[in-house]
Amino acid sequence: MDWLFFSEIGLAGLGSGGLYALTGLALVLIYKATRVVNMAIGEILMLGAYVFMGFSAGLALPIWASIILAILVTGLVGGVVERAIIRPMLGESAISIFMITIGLGSVLIGVVEIIWGANPQRLIEFMPKDPIFILDAYLSPKVGYAFLIAAIVVGLFLIIFRTWRGGVALRATAGDQAAAYSMGINVPKVFSSVWVLTSMIAAGAGILVGSIGGISPDMGVYGLSVLVVVIVGGLDSLLGALIAGILVGLIETYAGAYLGGEFKMLATFMLLVVVLVIRPYGLFGTHEIERL
Amino acid sequence: MQMSQVSEQEVSPTLHTEGREILGVQGLSLAFGGVKALSHVSFSVKEGSITSVIGPNGAGKTSLFNSISGFYTPNEGTVKFLGQTMNNVPAPDRAELGMARTFQNIALFKGMTVLDNIKLGRHAHMKTNPLDALLYFGRARREEAELRKEVEEKIIDFLEIDHIRNQSVAALSYGLQKRVELARALAMKPKILLLDEPVAGMNREETEDMARFILDVKEEWGVTVLMVEHDMGLVMDLSDHVVCINFGQVITEGLPHEVQSHPDVISAYLGSGDVAALRKKFKEGK
Repeated sequence: MDWLFFSEIGLAGLGSGGLYALTGLALVLIYKATRVVNMAIGEILMLGAYVFMGFSAGLALPIWASIILAILVTGLVGGVVERAIIRPMLGESAISIFMITIGLGSVLIGVVEIIWGANPQRLIEFMPKDPIFILDAYLSPKVGYAFLIAAIVVGLFLIIFRTWRGGVALRATAGDQAAAYSMGINVPKVFSSVWVLTSMIAAGAGILVGSIGGISPDMGVYGLSVLVVVIVGGLDSLLGALIAGILVGLIETYAGAYLGGEFKMLATFMLLVVVLVIRPYGLFGTHEIERL
Repeated sequence: MQMSQVSEQEVSPTLHTEGREILGVQGLSLAFGGVKALSHVSFSVKEGSITSVIGPNGAGKTSLFNSISGFYTPNEGTVKFLGQTMNNVPAPDRAELGMARTFQNIALFKGMTVLDNIKLGRHAHMKTNPLDALLYFGRARREEAELRKEVEEKIIDFLEIDHIRNQSVAALSYGLQKRVELARALAMKPKILLLDEPVAGMNREETEDMARFILDVKEEWGVTVLMVEHDMGLVMDLSDHVVCINFGQVITEGLPHEVQSHPDVISAYLGSGDVAALRKKFKEGK
């Protein structure tokens, strides 16, 4: 067995796992607060990548400005979506809102295709190009830096939610909206902040994912793998998203390298099936959680 | 403590007239489409009193509560709290001003422990921002320590729920859940406590405990109580002032015994019929 190859694949798997964890974080946050699985998260991620392309290639703005603007604009879109189509559903059953997010995904694909066309595109290269070597193992610089950024963001959120009472407010809102509202928790504000914040996270992840593999309107399928990640990790666990993200990233990459590309998705969903059988609430999820 | 001590409270008529108005409801009307839930309801709650709202099922008591706490926006009329008009104040801000409520069908955060539930009551008064929390210095740590101390020493002790503090609320009996809900409301530093059927579904012993807590909340904590309740024994024993509503309108209000013997109240509860016999039945029990 070629151990160098094995470790290089492992590093690449870690890299893609970091991005899964980052996007998974967005899904978990929204679930924690609203008990809704946002099926449009992949499409919001895609939108973020396209908006970044619009600013950097279309308007030729500097890269740093494009990144900030893309994240802000996507956050704004998240806010508008919440205000326009999620807010009126406040108090309705989570499954209805879940259905709405599926529709939202299709709408976003349509909008992106109208503005930027349906063909795959490449993002401007902006990450350092010097190859990274960890011992002897080569790691693509894009994947390396993407992992670093993802790890920092996920780490920050983990720390904040361990100590900040806002994290408890999220759980409270998810637990009982009426009770939370009566106790001074501004439920509508929690909803919009969560939508804005998770859209921003997704946009950031979209820029990273897109700069590694290019972008296309159907890259929202990425959201499906992320869904596997959060179900495996436990829908309401940030730590679960991190660990499951890396796990799924590794399994997918190893399956792709040793069994062939067509086994990637198969391996991911096999993992899902196994976890659902053994721990239906996910590796780190709360027990009373909804079983999907 | 027995209920006999509770009944002594009833005969102190001074409380009824004392105190300034803490909560005033003026001409409140609320309609859901064609259904009039409330029409021109007016009454006032004196500071430091226990005021009860009674009325048959569907009379509009919970709608009234929801309008007062800001869950519903009334079509007409105003709610005044501490002299301030509440019409444009959203529910979370009312909570911060000192309005705490419990719910008819227990609204606890299931999956959290008793302690976490109670601590969440203080949420509106906490000032910690994410940055403080990230560093977990100063404010975050201090606030957390203060809160813990107060909750542990005052509230948990007072309501005698020390033995269940770390249990998940979902596993508790109905009576204890109601008590935790009261504890959480007390953690909100309320000036007025809105209790929606505090003893509904409780057995005799639990009811007596709850009655004692409600009285202590008023007397030791100085918190004004406004409650909706069906248990007439409890209402008559505890209340300084009783408001009876039916079909969304105030039928009568006054001292407990005045309201109890009011013919409209009796017919509202029991329907028309042999009034004398029904009155006798009503006075004996519920």
